[in-house]
Amino acid sequence: MNLDTIVFLVSAVVAVFSATMMISQRNTVASVLYLILSLLAQAVLYIQLSALFLSAVLIIVYAGAIMVLFLFVVMLLNLRGNQDLGDKPSPVSRITKYLVSILLVVELVFIIRGIGFDTGTVGIMTLAADDFGSVAAVARILFTNYLYPFELTGVLLLVAIVGAVVVSKREKSYETPAGSGNMPDDRKKVEI
Amino acid sequence: MLEVILISSIKVIVVVVVLLTGCAYATYMERKVLAFMQNRIGPNYAGPYGLLQPIADAVKLIFKEDVVPDNVERLTYTLAPMISFVPAMLTFAVVPFSSNFTLFGYEITGVISDLNIGILFVFAITSLGVYGILLGGWSAGSKYSLLGGLRASAQMISYELSYGLSIVGVIIIANTLSMVELVEQQSSIGSWFIWKQPLGFLLYITCAVAETNRSPFDLPEAESELVGGYHTEYSSMRFAQFFIGEYGNMLAVSAVATTLFFGGWQGPLLPPVIWFLIKVFCFMFFYIWLRATLPRFRYDQLMNFGWKVLFPLALFNTLLTGLWVLWLGDVLFGG
Repeated sequence: MNLDTIVFLVSAVVAVFSATMMISQRNTVASVLYLILSLLAQAVLYIQLSALFLSAVLIIVYAGAIMVLFLFVVMLLNLRGNQDLGDKPSPVSRITKYLVSILLVVELVFIIRGIGFDTGTVGIMTLAADDFGSVAAVARILFTNYLYPFELTGVLLLVAIVGAVVVSKREKSYETPAGSGNMPDDRKKVEI
Repeated sequence: MLEVILISSIKVIVVVVVLLTGCAYATYMERKVLAFMQNRIGPNYAGPYGLLQPIADAVKLIFKEDVVPDNVERLTYTLAPMISFVPAMLTFAVVPFSSNFTLFGYEITGVISDLNIGILFVFAITSLGVYGILLGGWSAGSKYSLLGGLRASAQMISYELSYGLSIVGVIIIANTLSMVELVEQQSSIGSWFIWKQPLGFLLYITCAVAETNRSPFDLPEAESELVGGYHTEYSSMRFAQFFIGEYGNMLAVSAVATTLFFGGWQGPLLPPVIWFLIKVFCFMFFYIWLRATLPRFRYDQLMNFGWKVLFPLALFNTLLTGLWVLWLGDVLFGG
């Protein structure tokens, strides 16, 4: 067993374990922390595939920014310990969550069958082409082969940002009564 | 193979030791410089000119009782100082501190690891540092800590965007992400990236001060409102870890600024390491100078400044640099 295999096994086990813990925890903050751990382990897996750029982006965007926001919101609501979130899930969401999970499993099975799990191409991951995953290689593919989806994603994000601004603006005008312009600090943070 | 591992290990140990000493003496420097700027004497009892003060502080912190309040979340309370401490150290894994040199017949590179995504690594690692503050504030179970932690996270999220964008200009011009190559491209004073990216540098240094929670952006530990902020409930070495994390981050940010904008270890006459240290020292002095000069921002000012001034400017700088390189690349930057 060489060093690569050991690193792969450790990070893969950590990734799967913490992902499982993430969905099985009642404590919200612990869930978020497990998700971060899982992301970090995944970043290690990316590095093993020599996709350095992707791993850095994974950490910067997900672990460094989005998860901070998650944690921020959880702490703002101050959900400590095993506190229940309150509302029981509606019957619709109870059914859809199983449907979506089944769909994902089916999809996964097809993908794994497609690339041939038993032919030995999948398993301990191996290095791909020489400059695979370098910034230049990723950029070249992104701006040639996948230009259309890439631009479309950009538009989608822009729409989401505009939507977020509109929603926050409307909430503000509803919640602030006339004459109470002096909001305490915490109130302002919610709007960010 | 063994040789490589041995050389790397020694390099890591040397860098960490220098870094920790640097952190300790950064506190001394801060107190001394602040004192001079405020017409005081500063620490002067321990050793000549108070030079042993950091050691006295360290000894005090080690022997202090480690008080843990009753209602803390044990695991996160313990982890938080470590999480804020480690990223600050890790940054130096990719910062080139010297040119390649020969020692006892071995060719030694002046950087621990020359990643081809060096800068991204720095930003990935520093973006994790906020968890230490956030978790420390939350797990201590005190209102002041929680407020400090929340402030810190809101502030760091807001400034991280501009922080990341501010260096994009340099990357576009240099056409590389490797810290070593960046330094090699700035071989003379005229080729320092600050001349090509003045706006980028101003944005970087402003965001860097905010990212490291230093005055005038030190709202997470505004002592007049929050007692001590996120580390209110910490004592002894746990507190010291937060402290080293903060100073380590300052050093890291200074080192990155040196590398990106001021030619890293490049310089005439003196050995490269000395030049690197001099430049980092200047940045540290600048940090303290800022603290002695500027009053603290108000929270809404901080947010407005980050989102409505810095962020558009950073976008503008990126756009401008991109267009410039695209259309006039040969004129100014030589290809």
